[in-house]
Amino acid sequence: MSQPTAAMPTNATPLLALDHVSRDFGGLRAVSDVTLSVTAGEVIGLIGPNGAGKTTLVNVMTGVHPATQGTIHFAGEDITRIAPWQAARRGIARTFQIVQPFPEMRVLENVAAAAMFAGGLAHGSEANDFAMEQLRFVGLGEMALQPAATLTLAMRKRLEFAKGLAMRPRLLLLDEVNAGLNSTEVDAALDLIRAIAARGVTILIIEHLMKVVLNVCSRIVVLHHGELIAAGPQQEVIRNPRVIQAYLGRRYATDPSAQVGDRS
Amino acid sequence: MKRALLIGVLLSGVLALVPLTNDAYWLRLGTTMLMYGVLALSWNFIGGMAGYPSFAVAAFLGLGAYTGAVAQKFGLPMGWAWVAAGLSALLFATLLGAALLRLRGHYFAIASLVVAEVLRELVNSATELTGGGMGLNLPVPSMISVQAQASFFFYAMLALVLLTFVATVITTHSRLGFGLRCIQQNEAAADMLGVNTTAFKIAAFALSGVFVGIAGAIYASWVHYIEPPDVFDVLYSVKAIVMVLLGGAGSVFGPLLGAAAFLTLEELVWRKFLEVHTGVLGLLIVLLVMFLPRGVLSITQLWKRPKDHRA
Amino acid sequence: MLFLQILANGLVLGGLYACIAAGFSLVWGVLNVINILHGSFIVLGGYLAFFGYTQYGIHPFVSIAIAAPLFFALGYVLQRTLINRMIAAPVLLTLTLTFGLDLMLANGMLAAFTADFRKLILDPPLGILRLGALVLPIDRIIAMLLALGLTGLLYLTLSRSRMGRAIVAVRMDREAAALMGVNVKHVYALTFGLGALMAGASGPLLAMIFPISPLTGPVYLGKAFVICVLGGLGSVPGAMIGGITLGIVESFGSLWFGPEHATTLSFVLLIAILLMRPEGLLGRKGYA
Ligand SMILES: Nc1ncnc2c1ncn2[C@@H]1O[C@H](COP(=O)(O)OP(=O)(O)O)[C@@H](O)[C@H]1O
Ligand SMILES: [Mg+2]
Repeated sequence: MSQPTAAMPTNATPLLALDHVSRDFGGLRAVSDVTLSVTAGEVIGLIGPNGAGKTTLVNVMTGVHPATQGTIHFAGEDITRIAPWQAARRGIARTFQIVQPFPEMRVLENVAAAAMFAGGLAHGSEANDFAMEQLRFVGLGEMALQPAATLTLAMRKRLEFAKGLAMRPRLLLLDEVNAGLNSTEVDAALDLIRAIAARGVTILIIEHLMKVVLNVCSRIVVLHHGELIAAGPQQEVIRNPRVIQAYLGRRYATDPSAQVGDRS
Repeated sequence: MKRALLIGVLLSGVLALVPLTNDAYWLRLGTTMLMYGVLALSWNFIGGMAGYPSFAVAAFLGLGAYTGAVAQKFGLPMGWAWVAAGLSALLFATLLGAALLRLRGHYFAIASLVVAEVLRELVNSATELTGGGMGLNLPVPSMISVQAQASFFFYAMLALVLLTFVATVITTHSRLGFGLRCIQQNEAAADMLGVNTTAFKIAAFALSGVFVGIAGAIYASWVHYIEPPDVFDVLYSVKAIVMVLLGGAGSVFGPLLGAAAFLTLEELVWRKFLEVHTGVLGLLIVLLVMFLPRGVLSITQLWKRPKDHRA
Repeated sequence: MLFLQILANGLVLGGLYACIAAGFSLVWGVLNVINILHGSFIVLGGYLAFFGYTQYGIHPFVSIAIAAPLFFALGYVLQRTLINRMIAAPVLLTLTLTFGLDLMLANGMLAAFTADFRKLILDPPLGILRLGALVLPIDRIIAMLLALGLTGLLYLTLSRSRMGRAIVAVRMDREAAALMGVNVKHVYALTFGLGALMAGASGPLLAMIFPISPLTGPVYLGKAFVICVLGGLGSVPGAMIGGITLGIVESFGSLWFGPEHATTLSFVLLIAILLMRPEGLLGRKGYA
C-alpha cells in the first residue's frame, strides 16, 4: 500500500521535514505515521475534520507534545526532541487555535515578549519598536497600550499574528486563525496572510474549512484520523476520491455547513 | 528604574538615622522590620513575579541561620559566615527549584512547605553539628556595648534589605523580570514564545532564597542563639506571603510597604494580646484575605499610570 | 514474626489514616481548597472525646456520634460564610485564608487546653488480643474498624445519596451541574461540612491511641497531605489506599530508622512521589 507523501518534486532541502511521525495519547494514536515536507517560501494548507490530529501535529512540530515515533528536521537540524521555547528560538512560530495572550499585560508587551525571547531582540526599545511595527502591520497599532484582555476575539486573533511575526519566524504555523470570525473578518485575515507570505515567510495554514486554504495555498495536505490521506496541488486534492469519501463526504453527510468551499 | 532606586536609597538614608535614637526598643523593632522586608521582597521573586505559591521562606531562613551558626562554630569570621549562608541558600534553592518547580498549584505549595519540616528534622537529628533540639549558641560579637551591637545588626539588616531591593528593581526591569511576568500570566504561552521557563523559574527561586539565607545568618548572630523550631517556623513563610499581599504583589515597593504595615499590626497585637497573639494574627490574616486580597496594591497602582511604563 | 507484627501495626494505623485523609481529600478534590484547618479539627474532636470521657463519662465511641453533627454544622457554616467567597481565588489566597483560620483555632485550643499532652485512658481497659505471636490491643482494633466504617459510610454517602451525587456532579463539571439546577454553593458547603465531619469524628478514635495536644494538629495535616498524594485526590478508595500505604510505610520506617523519623520519612516519600508523578500517584489532571 503506497503512503501518499507531501514531498515536493524538487531536490532543494526542505525547511521542515517530518519523517514517519506518530504521536500517541495513551491508547489513542492522534497522529499516525505522517511524512511531510515543507519547502522554504511556500504556503501550504493542512486540512481535516475536527479531531483529525491537526493541532496535535502542530504540537509535535513545536515540541509541546514530542513525537512518539519518527523524526522531524528543521532547516537540516534534528528538532524531534526540543522544547517549545527552543523551537520558538529556531524560528518556528505558531498561533493558537484558542488564543493565548498574557491578559494583564499590554498588547505591546505581549508582542515585545515574542520579539525578545524568540526574535532575539534586545530588551527595551529594540524589542518594543519592532513589536510596534508588527502591531501596525496587523492593524493593532492603536491598541498597543491596552491590556490584552480588553481586545475582541478578532483583535486577539490579530494579536496572535503580530506575536507570530515578532518572533521573526522562518516558518509560521497558523492553527485555525479564522475560527469564530465572521466573513469580513475572515477576508481581512486572508489579506493579512497574503501580506505575510509576500514577506517571504513560509506558512503552514491549519484549517477546518476549505475556503481559506483554497484561496491562499498552493499545496494542500489532508489529515484524517491522524493519517495523511492526500497531498498535492489543491485542484488535485479536492478531486481525490479518498479525500471526498473520507473527509468531505462524511462531513457533508453529518454537517452540510462544512461543504467544500461554499461558505464564507 | 532610576527613580525607584533613588527612592530606595533615600529611604535607607532616613532609616539609617534610627540607631541615633539610642532606643533599644526601636532598634529591635527596626531590625525586625528590615528582616521582614527581606523576606517579603524575596518571596516576591517567586510568588509575585513568577506566580508560584512558595512556602519555602522558612526553609531558606533556617538553612541560612544554621549555615551561619555552624560556619562560625568552625571558626569562620561572622561576615564570611553570612556570605557562606547566602551561598548555601543560593545553591540549595537552585537545586530545590530544579526539582520542585515542575509542580504546580497546591502541589508546589505543599512540597515547598514540607521542605522546611524535613530540614528541621535533619537539623534536629544532626546533633553533633547543630546541637539538635538543644539549639546552638553563637559567639557574641566583640563590640563593647549592647547598644553598639544592636546598631551594628540594624545596619547589617539595612544593607541587606537595600541589596534585596536593588536586586528586585534590576530584575523587574530586566529580561528576567519580563519573562517571569509572562510565566505568571500564562506559562505555556511563555514557553511557546521562547521563554526558557525552567531556567527563569529556577533563577526566581534562587533569588528568593539567597537573601533570606543571609537574613537567617544575620538573625542568628543578632539573637546569639537559635533552635530548629524557631528558625524553621512555617509562620515565616506565611508572614512573607501576607506581607506581600498586604503591600501588593508585583510592585517593587509593595513588599516593603507590606512588611512595615504587617510589623506594625503584629507589634500592636503582640503587646495587646500576648496570650492569644497568634490567634489574633490569624484573624488579621483572615480579614486581610477576605477584604483586601489585592492589598494596598489597588492604591499603589494608581501611582503608576500607563505612560511611564516600559515593557 | 516481627514482620507480621509490624505489618499488623501498619494496617491498624493505615485504617485510621484513611479516615483522617478521606475528608481532606474530598474537600481538596471537589473545592480545590487545601483545608489547613483539618488537623486542628481532628485535635478538637479528640478534646471533645477526652473531656466527654473524663468529665461526663461519655465513652469515646459515643463521642463520635456527638462530634459528627457538630463538626458538620461547623464546616457548613464556615464554608457558607467565609470560604465560599474566596473559592475562585488563586490557590495562594485560599491556602492563606485557611491558614489564618487554623492559627485562630489552634491558638484558641492552646489558650483553653494548654499545650500539655493528654491521654484518654479507658477504664477498665479493653485488653489485648493475642493471635499466635501477634499482639493486638483491642482498643486499637476497634478504633481501626470504626475508622474504616466511617470511611465506608462516606463512600456510601457519596455514591448513593442525593447529596453525594450532587457533590460528585459538581466535582466532575461545575458548570454543567449548575445548569442542571444544582445549588453549587450549597453543595460546596455540604462538602466542606462532610470534610469537617470526618476530621471531627476521627478525633475521638485517635485520642484513644495517641496523646492529644493542640500542637499535634499540623502532624495530622501533614499525614493527610501525604495520603492524598499517595492515593490521589477526591476519591474515598484513593484515601483508603494512600492511608494504608502510609500506615505500613510508617511502621516499617519506625522499625528501620527509628520512630522519631517516621514523619520525615513520609515527607521525603511525598516529595519523591511528587517529583516522579507531579499529579500524585493515582491523581488525575485538573484538580491541581
Ligand atoms: N493533550 C491531549 N491528550 C489526550 N488526547 C489528546 C490531546 N490532544 C489531542 N488529543 C486527541 O487527539 C485527537 C486529535 O485532536 P486534535 O489534534 O486537537 O485535532 P484537530 O486539531 O484536527 O481538531 C483527538 O481525538 C483529541 O481528543
Ligand atoms: Mg485543532
